[in-house]
Parts: sequence; structure tokens; C-alpha cells
Amino acid sequence: MAVSDNTSLSFGERLNAVFAWPVQLLFRLFEIPLSWVQRTIGIPRMPWIFLLPNLAFFGLFVVVPLFINFAYSLTGGAELFLQNRVYVGAEQYGYLMDCGSYLDANTCREDRFWKAVYNTIVFVFFQVSFMVLFSLITALILNQNIRARGFFRSVYFFPVLLSPVVVALIWKWILLRDGVLNAFLANFGIDKMLFFVDPAWSMFWAIFVSVWAHMGFYTLILLAGLQAIPPDLYEAAEMDGTKRERVFFRITLPLLWPNLLVVLVLALIKSVQIFDEVFVLTGGGPGTATQFIVQYIYNTGFTNQVQNFGLAAAASVVLGVVLFVLTLMQLAATRRKDG
Amino acid sequence: MADVTQPRSLGAMLTARRGGRSWHWTDVFTWTYLVFGVFLMFFPVVWLVLSSFKTPAGLLEFPPTLLPLGQIEQTVEGYDDPLLMFKVTMEDGSVRELAQVRRIGIIAQMVDPAVPGETIKVPIASREPIREFRVAWENYTRPLERFNFLTYLKNSVVVTTVATLVTLLINSMAAFGLSIYEFRGRNAVMLFVIGTLMIPITIILVPAYLVVTELGMVNTLWAVILPGAATPTGVFLLRQYMLTIPRDLIEAARMDRASEWSIYWRIVLPLSLPAIAVLAIFSVMWRWNDFLWPLIVLNRSEVYTLQIGLNAFQGELDVQWHYVLAMTVIALIPVTLVFAFLQRFITTGIASSGMK
Repeated sequence: MAVSDNTSLSFGERLNAVFAWPVQLLFRLFEIPLSWVQRTIGIPRMPWIFLLPNLAFFGLFVVVPLFINFAYSLTGGAELFLQNRVYVGAEQYGYLMDCGSYLDANTCREDRFWKAVYNTIVFVFFQVSFMVLFSLITALILNQNIRARGFFRSVYFFPVLLSPVVVALIWKWILLRDGVLNAFLANFGIDKMLFFVDPAWSMFWAIFVSVWAHMGFYTLILLAGLQAIPPDLYEAAEMDGTKRERVFFRITLPLLWPNLLVVLVLALIKSVQIFDEVFVLTGGGPGTATQFIVQYIYNTGFTNQVQNFGLAAAASVVLGVVLFVLTLMQLAATRRKDG
Repeated sequence: MADVTQPRSLGAMLTARRGGRSWHWTDVFTWTYLVFGVFLMFFPVVWLVLSSFKTPAGLLEFPPTLLPLGQIEQTVEGYDDPLLMFKVTMEDGSVRELAQVRRIGIIAQMVDPAVPGETIKVPIASREPIREFRVAWENYTRPLERFNFLTYLKNSVVVTTVATLVTLLINSMAAFGLSIYEFRGRNAVMLFVIGTLMIPITIILVPAYLVVTELGMVNTLWAVILPGAATPTGVFLLRQYMLTIPRDLIEAARMDRASEWSIYWRIVLPLSLPAIAVLAIFSVMWRWNDFLWPLIVLNRSEVYTLQIGLNAFQGELDVQWHYVLAMTVIALIPVTLVFAFLQRFITTGIASSGMK
């Protein structure tokens, strides 16, 4: 790292010098005990020392919780600490699954869960379809030999970096009763609309806003896939005077298919877990019209008067199983792409 | 943007056809899509920024004005408070600029600033406010002074900085262990790391909350910083990079009796700086934008991060939009800076790892 020599005059070197001593200090702090450890256990065992902090964090905050989650889902009551909770077996799952007919949430004992499930299914279906469709169109357009391509690519990518709260507030402000969209629609003689009072409109905007926010990410992956297609294929097609439509269906689409599959599954995994931006945008409303599974878990476990951790954990396990299946699909898709 | 607005380059753009091929419907579609795309992606953000400079009165206006405007006020002799200025169409058709003294029903009492003595009564329909471009900076300063937003901002900065440093340290250590050494169980650890990638926070909310509670970290910033510090993405990214570092360098250092820690600190870390920079950028964005987990573990206003504070503030019954909008802009600034200067790192990071 930098030398700690203060006599030099350049700003960069001074900056280095300022940062050099804490860096040096940090180095010394670890160097002394770790040299001793190294002498004691020998170099071959040192990798475990380097892995230790990371694995400890993974263990403590991911693996242990994963197992506790199962334990939680088998207990009842409102106590947080596991030793105080009552073992109830599969009762929580039974409660979640107790339905007259699975096609009608109103016949279920825990209708909020099933409403969340159906909302999520509707959301995922439309959001993923539009997400893949629009990121594909955008990627195809950006892959062309156009002016200012870098600029246009940044434009579509920008919202990806925004926080869900910011995204939701930006659109909430636009969609307000006296918002700019209603002002625009007024030019066409359309009355002011209360978008978040109407269940269908709320769902529409939940889907729209999440596609708006995340499309750039998938566009980027597809663009990388498109650029990996050998250009001589297109040159050959152009020589033969092949129609563009034909080029698309015979060259682009088949060669892009593996990437498309990866994008589809990735979008599915993210979409099933939708929470942040919709929670801020609609709050799950009107009523429960845009309440999805993660919000159900959040509400059940953390916001209701009686915090039903057992039920929330059981719902998490159900969500976990769905995600596990999707992840297996992702692995299959990735393998197909790479192999 | 310049390419679209300048007529010359627009013309060049429209006429430039590869290989002199004729126009195709896809070309029209392409440019329509791109121009509409720029509007759809940027306008909402631009609108947010413009709105954030408007006064509460300006925000209530319908239809809204594009730019932040404020009504001109003028001090008139004989009146203590500054009066609002209006453009009034008089009965004889002439237009005068008058200051409003008071309004009674549909009649307003006006006064000419030049002749402060006499009041003129006009129907309110015949007057129009005179406005000028005015930026309401108080939208930005007041929430920071009067509400807790300075604390939220500070918390966000602390969380982002500390969490990124911890993430960089422990992830690069793990990546070092997994890339430089050959040891039994290495593949198992690798598999374990990739496995944790598949366990999102959404499915372990309750037990993770329990762990954090047991550790006594609820309502402290550590509850947000520590659980996400070990990232499989980071380990993976850094390991791939460290694998490319020549083994000879490390062997030579060992010959010189350098400790393993100093090999890590003095050789491998400096050589991995490009990958570490990518992870640092990602980590800053993850942490700055984090929402669901902080929402669960931070329940007291003094530990809120900016995102949680904003959410709480916008969820109040009577939303003070002029403050909400300004604070949203503040929440947007760091990522916009990252976007402006470091976009290349992010896009290559995503394109090569498929993760964000």
C-alpha cells in the first residue's frame, strides 16, 4: 500500500498518506495474532482461518435461520423465543391449507394467505411476461447499429439502480388524483382517476412500475447474449438478402433462447418475492388487492396485533419450496446455456 | 440527448442507412421506441426533481406547472405583511397589476402599489396571479432541521459505509481462502457458498429476526449491517478474479517468509482492486437501497435509515409531499452519482455474473 511519507506535496500522495496509517494499523492488528496462528496450525490449515468470518456469518444469519424456520413452523403461540413456544406439529400448515375449494380464497380458513397466493400468481404471470417481452424488444433494438447506443442503454438501465422506495414514490406522485398523469388525461376529456382505489388499476400499476424499475437489468443480460451471436451469421444472411423477420426467427431467436430461458427463470424468482416497491406504492391495497405472499408473511409475523410467528414461518416454508423448485429450473437453464 | 434534438444530426441519423438499404418498418419502430423510452424512463425522475422545488401551494395546483413557480409578493405602504400580486382585467378591458389586500367571497379588495391609499374591489374571476420562477429550497433544509431526516441520512451513510467495509474484508478473505489454497473440503465450501445464494431473506424473515434479537441487536444499526455482510455474490466475484493471479507471485512471497496474512494483504488484495471496486459499488447500492430487512429490525425513529424514514413519512395520514419529494431526491443522489461515473463497472459486473 502507500508509503507514509508526508513530505511529498501532491494531493494524491497526501491522500494516500492519510489512508495509509489506518490501513497499516489494520494490517498490524491482524498480522500479529494470525502469524501466531499460522505457526501453530501450519499453512495447509490457514484457508479455514480466512474462511472463518464469512462462514460464521453465513451460518449465523442464513443456515441456522433456515433450520429454525422449520422448527418455528411447527410451533404455536406469540412467543418469539423458541424454547417458550408450544409444539403443535403440522397444525400451522393444516391451518394454511384448510380450504373448502382451493379455487376460491373465501372458502379457506386463512383467506388472506390464499388471496395473497392468487394475487401473486396474477402478478407473476403478467409481470414476468411483460418483463421478458419488453427487455427482449429493448435488447434487440439496442443491439442494432444505432447512433448514441451507449446513451440509450444507460437510459433503460438507470431505474435499476433506484431504491424501491424511490421508485414507488416517483410513481405515486405521478399517479396521484391531482397528479401529472391525470392532468395529461384531462386533455383528452378523461375525468380524474383514483388509481389506487380501483383494484384492477392498482394491480396494473404494481406490474407497470416493477417492470419499469427492473427491465434494464434483464435487458443487459439479453444484450450480452445478443452480442455473443457471431456476426458472420448475420453477414451471410444479408448477402443472401434474407428478410429481417426470417433472420430473427431463424438466427437470433434460436441462438438467444438459452439466455432468454435464464432471464425468464431469474425474473420468475424475483417476481414471486415481490414486496418492496408495491408495498410502498399501494400498501397492498385497496383492501388486499395487491397484497402478495411476502407482504402476507411480513404482516402475519411483524405487524399484526398478535405476531403469529409460527404461521409466518409456515408460509415462508411454502414460499421456500416454490423458490427451490424455481432455482432448480434456473440451474437447469444455466447449465443448458453454458454447456 | 443532443443527437435527438439537433436537427443536423437528427437528419443524418434518419438518412444514414447501412449498406444503402431501403427503409423498413423496423427502423421506424426502433426510433419511436427509443424516443418514447427516453421519455418514459427519464420523465418520472425529472418530474420528481422539478416537483421537489415547488412550494406546497405550487404542488396543489391542477393542472400542475412544469417549473417551480411562486407568486410574487410586494410590500405596500400602509400594510404590514407583503401582499400577493395579481394581474387584473378591469371592467374597461385594461390590465393592471394590483396587490391583494383581502378576499371576501368572490370579491377581492386590491390596491395599486403605486397609489396605496385607494382600494379597488374586483371579482376574483378577473384576476390572475403573477408568478416567477422560484425554487423552494426550504423543502430540503426544513426536513433536515425539523424532522429526523438528518439522523436518517446519517444512519444510511453509516450503514452503507460500515457494511461495505465489512463485506469487502470478509468476502475477500473468503475468496482468498478459496482461490489460493488447495485443500480438502474446498469444493464443499464452494458448493455451500453457492447454496446460500439460493436462500433469499424473504424466506427466513422470522428466524433471522430471532437470531438478531438473541444477539441483542434489534433497533441498532448492527442489525442491518451484519446479517447481509457475507454475500455469496461477492465471494464468487472476487474468487473468479483471484484465480487469475499468478501462483508464482505467492510462492515467491512464501520463500521470503511472508506470512499468509501479509500475502493476502500486500499481494492479493492490491492485485484484486478492480474486482473489489465492482463489489464495493454493488455493496453500496445494496445497502443504500435496502428496504425489507431494515423495515423489520428497525422500529424506532432514531435508528431509521433514509429509506425506512421516507416510507414512514409518506405513510402518514396527511402526506407532506413537498418534504417527501425533496427527501426522495436526496435518496436518489448517491445512486445517480454511481450511475453517472461508475456505470461501466456495474454493467460489466452484471453481464459477467448475471447477478445484481
